[in-house]
Amino acid sequence: MNIALDSVSQIYGEASALKAMNLSVTDCHCLALIGPSGGGKSTTLRLLAGLESPTSGSISVNGEELPRDDKLLHEYRKSVGVVFQAYNLFPHLNALENISLPLEVARGYGKSRAEERAHELLTRFQLADHSRKRPAELSGGQNQRVAIARALGPDPSLLLFDEPTSALDPEMTAEVLDVIDELIRDHKDVVIVTHEMGFARKMADQVAFIADGCLDSLGRPESLFASPPTETSARFLSRVLKY
Amino acid sequence: MKALFLDSETSSQIERGIARWLGFGIAALILGLITFASFTALRYDWNWAIVWKYRAKLIDGWIATVWISAIALIASLVFGLISALAARSPLLFLRYLSKIYVEIIRGTPLLAQIFFFYYIVAHAADIENRYLVGVLIMATFSGAYISEIFRGGIESVGRSQLLSARAIGLSPYQTYRYVIFPQALRRSLPALAGQFANLIKDSSLLSVIAISEFMLNAQEVNALSYSTFESFFPLAIGYLALTLPIMRLARHLEKKLVFET
Repeated sequence: MNIALDSVSQIYGEASALKAMNLSVTDCHCLALIGPSGGGKSTTLRLLAGLESPTSGSISVNGEELPRDDKLLHEYRKSVGVVFQAYNLFPHLNALENISLPLEVARGYGKSRAEERAHELLTRFQLADHSRKRPAELSGGQNQRVAIARALGPDPSLLLFDEPTSALDPEMTAEVLDVIDELIRDHKDVVIVTHEMGFARKMADQVAFIADGCLDSLGRPESLFASPPTETSARFLSRVLKY
Repeated sequence: MKALFLDSETSSQIERGIARWLGFGIAALILGLITFASFTALRYDWNWAIVWKYRAKLIDGWIATVWISAIALIASLVFGLISALAARSPLLFLRYLSKIYVEIIRGTPLLAQIFFFYYIVAHAADIENRYLVGVLIMATFSGAYISEIFRGGIESVGRSQLLSARAIGLSPYQTYRYVIFPQALRRSLPALAGQFANLIKDSSLLSVIAISEFMLNAQEVNALSYSTFESFFPLAIGYLALTLPIMRLARHLEKKLVFET
């Protein structure tokens, strides 16, 4: 995938989450966004997902500039899959329905085709036995895998993960990272906001260190982790990798 | 011995069952004795025969109350839904319309609203049928409360769900249809059942505009038979026969909701 952010700013009321950020990656399969909380990682991801439009600046994904018009942006959203930190599954629907609803309603699959696809994904993620359970009856790891299956349903060209393991214990984290790992090996294009430095180091082609609403540094993980190019990134990495 | 009067977690199922029945019995006995003592002090001469003669009038009134309340409930669900949606509309004047409607209805006595609607609005709109006016008044009144119930239900669906509905490509209409409404309705059901019980009781005020519902008919039986208590006892029981099951249903729905979430 190719991603380009050209002096993108995002202002919420008085606070600016992004300050004229520039970011450009080409031919990248897995981009990891790392950095301190509140630095703008999640905002960047939401913009890439087309969930909101930037206050100023332009964003393009694979050569196409994201539209500002909400109708067109709605169409764009259908081409990406998003997985959130808190799964954001619908509590009144069971696992199967959570996956089949967007296929049936937003993409116009027939009911049986949508359910078939949902079943296929649940089986792939070893969740077939849980297809009739609601989110409240599933573990965090299971819910996050259902959420990944939901994002994967319509076979999107790009998958975006917003801290997908932050709400999980280490065992479930591994369970979910294994799934993402598998997707990357399957040549899915992935952008992931993460605090799992081990995962970023091992899986990402490019790591973007975002702090204070700007891109602080960008590079291949082996060089970025070995010799952080800026003082801020060096301080951050030495802190998070200390224990 | 103590276990017979307390709802103790450590007692067996049977003991708790007995304790509950015993507790209920004692409470009923206390209230019964107070009532009995009051009437004895009054030296009231009971005359049930004369009220029995007018039983058809009471039954007709009861049936009218059930009908008026049921139709008003359906209409008030529509009013409440429209108002709750207007309260969330991006158009500010719709939001204010809803807000003003809810505040005025909830902030003024139903009796005043009945007179206002009946003598001014219905007159101006040339609505002759007083039953229709009655149903519309009750629906307008109850609709304001239902609007708040629905608004609460809709708002209880968290922002994170709306975000993910957007992310999976649902349109605003689809989000309401498949994500918000099913959950909002489920969460509103207990309060709606309670509101229906209120509607039934409040409809008794329609007697002031001469709608032959349960209350007015009981008043007429009283006027004809000169036996106040014999007319109004059946009235109380007739209302309880409707409201008690509905309030039980409301409590049941509430419990079910707690288990689900």
